[in-house]
Amino acid sequence: MAEAAALAIEDVHAGYGGVPVLNGVSISARPGTITAVLGANGAGKTTLLRTISGLVRPRQGRILVDGANLARRHPEDIARAGVAHVPEGQGVITELTVEENLRLGALCRRGGSVRSAALSDAYQRFPLLAERKRRHAGLLSGGERQILVIARALMAAPRVLLLDEPSLGLAPRMVAQVMDLVRTLRDEVGLTVLLVEQNARSALAIADCGMVLNLGTVVAADDAAVLASDVALRRHYLGF
Amino acid sequence: MTLARHVGAALVVAVILVLVSIQLSSYRDYQMAEVAAYVVAVAGLTVLIGLSGQISIGNGAFMAIGGYASALVLIHLGWPLEAVFAVGAVVAALAGAVFGVAAARLRGPYLAGATLMLAVALPTIANQFPKQFGGDQGLSVSISTPAFLGATFPPTRWLAWVTCAAALIALILLANLGRSRVGRSWRAVRDDEVAAALAGLNVARLQILAFVVSAACAGLGGALLAVVTGIVAPGAYTLTLSIALLTAAVLGGLGTLPGALWGSLVLVLVPTYLTNVGASHGLSSAASSSVPIAAYGVILIIVMLAFPAGIQGGLRRFFGPATATPLTALFRRTPVSEHQEEGPS
Amino acid sequence: MQEFLEFTLGGIAVGMIYAAIALSLVLIWRGTRVLNYSQGGMAMFTTYVAWVVIRDTGSYWAGFAVALAAGLVLGALLEVTVVRPTMGKGPLNSVIVTIGLLILLEGVAGIIYGGQYRSFPPSFSIKGLKVGSVALGISASDLFTAAAVLAAALALFLVFEYTSVGLRLRATAFAPGVTRLLGVRIGRVLTLGWALAGLFGALAGVLVTPSTFLYPNSMDSIFVLGFTAAVIGGLDSPVGGVIGGVLLGVVLSYAGGYLGSNLVLVYGLAALALVLMIRPSGLFSSTASRRV
Ligand SMILES: Nc1ncnc2c1ncn2[C@@H]1O[C@H](COP(=O)(O)OP(=O)(O)O)[C@@H](O)[C@H]1O
Ligand SMILES: [Mg+2]
Repeated sequence: MAEAAALAIEDVHAGYGGVPVLNGVSISARPGTITAVLGANGAGKTTLLRTISGLVRPRQGRILVDGANLARRHPEDIARAGVAHVPEGQGVITELTVEENLRLGALCRRGGSVRSAALSDAYQRFPLLAERKRRHAGLLSGGERQILVIARALMAAPRVLLLDEPSLGLAPRMVAQVMDLVRTLRDEVGLTVLLVEQNARSALAIADCGMVLNLGTVVAADDAAVLASDVALRRHYLGF
Repeated sequence: MTLARHVGAALVVAVILVLVSIQLSSYRDYQMAEVAAYVVAVAGLTVLIGLSGQISIGNGAFMAIGGYASALVLIHLGWPLEAVFAVGAVVAALAGAVFGVAAARLRGPYLAGATLMLAVALPTIANQFPKQFGGDQGLSVSISTPAFLGATFPPTRWLAWVTCAAALIALILLANLGRSRVGRSWRAVRDDEVAAALAGLNVARLQILAFVVSAACAGLGGALLAVVTGIVAPGAYTLTLSIALLTAAVLGGLGTLPGALWGSLVLVLVPTYLTNVGASHGLSSAASSSVPIAAYGVILIIVMLAFPAGIQGGLRRFFGPATATPLTALFRRTPVSEHQEEGPS
Repeated sequence: MQEFLEFTLGGIAVGMIYAAIALSLVLIWRGTRVLNYSQGGMAMFTTYVAWVVIRDTGSYWAGFAVALAAGLVLGALLEVTVVRPTMGKGPLNSVIVTIGLLILLEGVAGIIYGGQYRSFPPSFSIKGLKVGSVALGISASDLFTAAAVLAAALALFLVFEYTSVGLRLRATAFAPGVTRLLGVRIGRVLTLGWALAGLFGALAGVLVTPSTFLYPNSMDSIFVLGFTAAVIGGLDSPVGGVIGGVLLGVVLSYAGGYLGSNLVLVYGLAALALVLMIRPSGLFSSTASRRV
């Protein structure tokens, strides 16, 4: 491997209570790439992201971000180490305003000027949010909420972005917009993205690499184009 | 069948208790009677918390109701003792039913708070009606030793017999209830209310029933304690009493009847001991009487944090079959513990 | 009419104390879903601290300030040492542990200070104020009580709404899981919540004790009424807690005034039962803040 991985997961085992969900998962993601994480419902995709961000404590294995092992650290510390996790479903705090949601994203950074610069950056990139900044986040549409949580994740200036089914429940036009946004973030900000998707086709369309989980193990990992052209794999696991 | 077994065991225990009480000094007999009174109240509470999963911090109030009701019946009507005790239990059960109907709609903190309020508010009623309830002084209650025992028979031994008999009967009934369909339904409600409701159980009615049972036990315990101490007065039914009952139930092991006995023994024996320790370390009498109160707090905190199965759970671990204590469900860490992402549910 | 005015104003003054207790309960409930039954015990304890300081320095305000500081410290201390380990265990755990804290604090206060009733000085004169010849039923001390609680509640509101600490507190209350994913150390936030609750409890303690005397159980009845106020307000809503406190104060003042004051706690119990029967989630709970 020519370049050091921005995010490397080595033989991670994790689960809930005594029940194992991930059985030795390994991934390596180069800086500035999108890795699509695919697989059926219940395959363990969400659990994988939760394990990376510390919400689930791995029983075994290493989670390296820029070479530092973050396995078994607290979620707060992992977030501060540059991993932003946009959880499945609605991660917006509906009781807070749009601006408060955004400010919250930068609270782990030091310095008022850094924080306010992050806020004006966010408004510049997402004028839609600037227009609605005083509004309660609960009043936003599903697509707007997805934009908001991604924008909030960016407020912390992360190195790695974990996205859990960002297209879930969105209209097709919104899905395209969100995918476009993810691509832009890779190209312009240089983020390393782990993109969990049910919608394998659109995820592979923007991803550099992909991996397929089944019952907590990796059954395939390759360039996105290779996965997308593997008819057997598509029929078996990806459903398109 | 279980009933027969329980009755048989109780008869053996009764014989043993009689033999023991004959050996004991009159002061020890008195303490035995106290334990018998407390064990009924604590057993009712431990069933409520441990089996039905509801909590009461106010069962001292039901003891007060049982105590006053039986005292009034004894003083004004002169009924026989069995009837007096029954009145204490029934009146408290009625109060428990009224409260339980309200409480069945309440969950955890609301319920606990409401019972706490009951414990604090109820004793004030005695002062409002000094004619009926004797105000701060309370009412004095005395029972006489039956003639056939002879004039020299120690009154405290008679008290011990009467209270132990009542306690044994109450415990047999509770033990059978716990093993009956009702008991199993309580556990189902405790473990998962939604699942229990989906399985066709009437959750609200079961919870009210648990409350009624626990109040009846507290009422009987209050009636027994009234004849033991010879007085019912508001000062005897403070919040501290309610919390002492909770302490005994928690320390003994929630949901277990033997645990109620261990807890009650501690409740009767340890405060005297600790008060003496305090006094011998130069504390004033007011200060040394606070030592047991502080000890209740320490017990509640430490047991809940470190030994949630209590004494009975510990005994089982050492001596008993390797079965899970019935209570593990209440104290098991939720599957993913603090690493689980939780919203304010 | 004269009586009515007295009862109303007097009720508002007492209600502000219930409001302070209610606020302290709401602060903790929102963040941790723990109802802190030891709040009254904590307030009693910090009031003893104030009593000692006043006795030794002769300065009421020194005692006042020390009590508030002690409330902050005690709240934080208890959260870290006793409450934190109960989190994530069954729901009964935290109930029993905070009850344990209550009785522990009462026992320790009894050991240190004895059980006798101590009088505790008021902030200002307790002589009834008059406008012309009309007695208002409240004193300068009552006015200070109301003003102090209102000022504290207002300060809390400003901190909540306009500071980053407040944003942390609110976010943690609404969505602790999401908030910690954003790098906010929610453990510290929860400790801060307990500290602030300790402060409000301490405030209630020094303000109410002149009218109740000071003894180890002195805050029991105030606590249950504060709890009632918090339930009326919906437990989740600070504003609801303040309104609930004032409402309860006024209602109990009428009930006590017209029906006799011995049974105030019983009326409080009736009020609690009534509210729980009609609206178990409180009269002022906004649906937005309750995602059950
Ligand atoms: N909080 C939880 N507690 C226990 N088991 C869980 C929990 N969350 C998910 N699981 C189980 O873990 C497995 C993987 O789930 P998940 O990671 O959500 O899959 P995916 O995101 O791929 O659909 C499933 O079998 C699911 O039932
Ligand atoms: Mg998922």
